[in-house]
Amino acid sequence: MTTTAPAPEYSVIGTRPIRHDGLDKVIGRAKYAADIQMAGLLSAKILRSPHPHARIKSIDTSKAAALPGVRAVITAADIPAVASDRMQDLGETAVRLRFLSSNVLAGNKVLYKGQAVAAVAATSAHIAEEALSLIKVDYEVLPPALNVLDAMKDGAPLLHEDMLMQEFGQRTTKHSNIANHFRFKKGEPADGFKQADVVVEREFNTAAVHQGYIEPHAATANWNVDGKLTIWCSTQGSFNVRSQVATLLKIPESNVKVIPTEIGGGFGGKLGVYLEPVVALLAKKTGHPVKAIMSRTEVFEGTGPTPGSYMKVKMGANKEGRITAAEVSLMFEAGAFPGSPVNAGAMCALACYNLDNAQVDGYDVVVNKQKTAAYRAPGATHAAMAVESVVDELCENLKMDPIDFRILNGVKQGDRRVDGPAFGKVGFMEVLQAAKNHPHWKTPLTGKNRGRGFAAGFWFNAGGPASCYIAMNPDGTVSLIEGAADIGGTRAAIAMQAAEVLGIPADKVTPTVVDTDSIGYTSLTGGSSVAFKGGLAAYEAAQDLKKQLIERAAKIWETTADNVEFEKGEFKLKPSYERKMTFTELAGRLLTTGGPLAGRASVDARGVGPAFAAVIADVEVDPETGKTQVLRATIVQDAGKAIHPSYVEGQMQGGVAQGIGWALNEEYFFTNQGTMANPTFLDYRMPTALDLPMIDTVIVEVANPGHPFGVRGVGEVPIVPPPAAVANAMKRAIGVRMTDLPMSPGAVLAAIQAKGNGKR
Amino acid sequence: MQTLEYTAPKTLKDAITLLAQKGDAARPLAGGTDVLVQLRVGRRPQVNTLVDLKNIPELTRLSYDPREGLYLGAAVACCHVYEDATVRRMYPGLIDAAELIGSVQIQGRASVGGNVCNAAPSGDTIPALIALSATCSIAGPNGTRSVPMEQFCTAPGRNLLQNGEILVAVRIPAPAPNSGAAYLRFIPRNEMDIAVAGVGASVVLDSAKQRITSARVALASVAPTPLFVTAAGQALAGKAVTDEAAIQAAADAAVAAARPITDMRGTIEFRKQLVGVLTRRTLHIAIQRARGA
Ligand SMILES: Cc1cc2nc3c(=O)[nH]c(=O)nc-3n(C[C@H](O)[C@H](O)[C@H](O)COP(=O)(O)OP(=O)(O)OC[C@H]3O[C@@H](n4cnc5c(N)ncnc54)[C@H](O)[C@@H]3O)c2cc1C
Repeated sequence: MTTTAPAPEYSVIGTRPIRHDGLDKVIGRAKYAADIQMAGLLSAKILRSPHPHARIKSIDTSKAAALPGVRAVITAADIPAVASDRMQDLGETAVRLRFLSSNVLAGNKVLYKGQAVAAVAATSAHIAEEALSLIKVDYEVLPPALNVLDAMKDGAPLLHEDMLMQEFGQRTTKHSNIANHFRFKKGEPADGFKQADVVVEREFNTAAVHQGYIEPHAATANWNVDGKLTIWCSTQGSFNVRSQVATLLKIPESNVKVIPTEIGGGFGGKLGVYLEPVVALLAKKTGHPVKAIMSRTEVFEGTGPTPGSYMKVKMGANKEGRITAAEVSLMFEAGAFPGSPVNAGAMCALACYNLDNAQVDGYDVVVNKQKTAAYRAPGATHAAMAVESVVDELCENLKMDPIDFRILNGVKQGDRRVDGPAFGKVGFMEVLQAAKNHPHWKTPLTGKNRGRGFAAGFWFNAGGPASCYIAMNPDGTVSLIEGAADIGGTRAAIAMQAAEVLGIPADKVTPTVVDTDSIGYTSLTGGSSVAFKGGLAAYEAAQDLKKQLIERAAKIWETTADNVEFEKGEFKLKPSYERKMTFTELAGRLLTTGGPLAGRASVDARGVGPAFAAVIADVEVDPETGKTQVLRATIVQDAGKAIHPSYVEGQMQGGVAQGIGWALNEEYFFTNQGTMANPTFLDYRMPTALDLPMIDTVIVEVANPGHPFGVRGVGEVPIVPPPAAVANAMKRAIGVRMTDLPMSPGAVLAAIQAKGNGKR
Repeated sequence: MQTLEYTAPKTLKDAITLLAQKGDAARPLAGGTDVLVQLRVGRRPQVNTLVDLKNIPELTRLSYDPREGLYLGAAVACCHVYEDATVRRMYPGLIDAAELIGSVQIQGRASVGGNVCNAAPSGDTIPALIALSATCSIAGPNGTRSVPMEQFCTAPGRNLLQNGEILVAVRIPAPAPNSGAAYLRFIPRNEMDIAVAGVGASVVLDSAKQRITSARVALASVAPTPLFVTAAGQALAGKAVTDEAAIQAAADAAVAAARPITDMRGTIEFRKQLVGVLTRRTLHIAIQRARGA
């Protein structure tokens, strides 16, 4: 594993301390959402739609309610009316409130198999389950629209009869499953194609895939007689859950306290609410705390994957290897309600390249499938699969090295994306150079049916509001309180940034993620934002505390603050430096010299630094079975500054692992009737340890000027290049260009045979 | 899920009596890696009693005798099978299958007997056992009987056990001199998966190890039950070990016998292709093992 160069200017940043939350997780003591227990707790179960598309004519819950042990049954009728078109922010995506409400409990229609229709709270899970079978729902079954191209056709069954298509920012009068069609344009692609010596045009299809978090959704609610609602749940954004629940239930946000538990993964799938409003309503109705835990099948059938897509890419280049024009069309399956990440995908699609003439069209299309959710760099991986495959084909046609081609066309500071914004300081060139110099790229690949592929990827990264409190303890440690769910080791990364400012080791900081009543507003864990924005808040809070500590030292020495210097955890009195106090000594004297001290900061982190990554993948394809093994994979990524390099490498490896899964075997396999046939981890095939090579990592550090330590986000961009890198490698291995994901053995074999070079 | 009764009889007789009495309401329990999953997802709604077989000596014995061959108690977990040095040496074709069921954790519970009784078309040990000429020792209210492995499964999830009958052991003859066997399956991942197609094969060579005296081939996941393909064995009898055309003929016979369906794990065409490829590859390994290479 390549590591970062030592950073002599820092004592904590860039080191690899043991994570603060590690022990509890390793010994199984960490509390996850399903672990919540309390007196009088009831169990809730959800009744789900057996049809992908149907009108609900009536729901009879009387038999279920009469079953001994059942305490309450609810349906959409119990959700305070929110027939509102107001948009609710989900962090990486947004949704209309009435759609969010129907996704929590279906109103007059069900729009996918697995959509929640009713819920029961009972004294045991078994009774609740039995009660579900006593609920009678009278459905009028409707024909479904099951994939994006069918759903876009005139005459396709309409999911939302009242929905009017939005086109180029205007609401049209057209009733359609196309919720939105938008376009980004720069220059004139038609002119650009005239200058091209080679033009490649390809179509791509990708299947919906799951984020694959290990922990299923779970939530517990308690509704006190004073109207105060407490929710324990596994979420990527406790403040987000607070606002979604308060809005859906029409209660003041301040009446809702959300206590985030440890979270067993989210990757974008735990931004929107599913169970939280349901257990809250059941708790209100029963006067008891109520808990719901999804089964794995419910997670697959009832929550959001990342969309399936159809994409078309046309690119032209001249003999010198400059891209002269590009045209991209992205059509994403939003699922039951509008709001796929096609916008983000469209903005990322061509972001790696400095183009004069380009156009990107995006279509957000509703289909009778689960409402899609965010997944690690939402939309960007789809788009990269299409664009990076076409770029690879341009390189093949021009006989150009794929890295040299990207160096020639890649973006630098000042270049503009097709959708408008200009890049600040970015590290794409540095990433490409590091890939080019890597032993993996320089070592020839030998052997039959083997090939090496290369692909690049871009992700914006995000910032936003975050808060942090740091309190001094008498023994020289500090307690750090923050509000962002820790999914990827961010407690450690944030604590380290505070420790660096305070001149103390990371293990002297005890970081805790607290509930929404105990910290200022903190936006969610998404957009690769937490180490950046939470780190900035911790930096500012530590600066605030440092300033107060210096003042206190001055007070003790009966001087002014400008006569005190703080360096490497020591306070010194200028100019002689004879009087000194360590951080710990001062900590011990606070209570007798004026009282305790704490630093605090609430920030709106704006100076976001985007991320670029590149992946080199070697594959071997069995030409008789179509099975592909990734032999070697290397990822190079600009982290800005790796606070804790091991966790940065972990993110990079995790992203590549998920990207390889997406490339080779993962897919929501729908029957023609709109049923997901593989809602288990047995048949939804994520890669196991035996399916992956050791994934080599190279961290490039082009500091983000918008952060005191140069941090860019790292969590998302590593998933972007792998599917294209694997597809490009397969092309070189077997001479077949795969354009549909997953590139599963059956599909690869069929492609080999179609090309006529298969042999028995 | 409703409440369940759990019993753990200590004798074969008690278990048989109990199962005969309860009929469809009771299911035997070995490792539980099939039956517990099925209960949880509501696939056996009539069952209210589990009869644990792991306290019955006849079902937990694993022993080898040069004349009698292998006695493999029906409740012996896969890990005990592949950790046994004698079994490893004598029956590598069975080890191939026992080692790839699920994962290490699953193999600690999953029994070969349970795999056989579950009668899945994809059960990995079954083609391996058919290739090894294994027989099923069955005990029931009306006494005991013995059935060739290839007759045991009757439909997906169904076997020929009658009410109250238990599979006591799987017996495999001592390997003939100059024989070899192997099992291969195809899955898209490298573990934790269900065979898209599987092939078990065994060969017996002449004393010079130049010619195939007899061969047996059996398939998984390409028919309602594991499939014994006699024509594949016949294509090889008397042929030289290096006769690739004969091996291809056996593979063709296997493909011809396969009657797969199209589902999310693979299409008919894909499965047929795999049967051909795997038959060739499995036979090559079996021959190599028989030659002592
Ligand atoms: C994660 C996972 C992965 C798996 N992977 C594989 C795989 O790769 N390949 C594969 O083939 N299978 C696989 N399986 C299925 C299962 O593990 C095997 O079939 C296993 O061998 C079953 O053995 P068991 O002892 O657990 O059987 P049990 O579940 O205890 O029993 C299976 C069935 O046989 C009956 N039964 C058991 N013993 C007897 C007996 N002596 N007499 C009469 N009836 C009996 C039971 O009532 C039940 O119906 C997997 C299962 C899981 C959960």
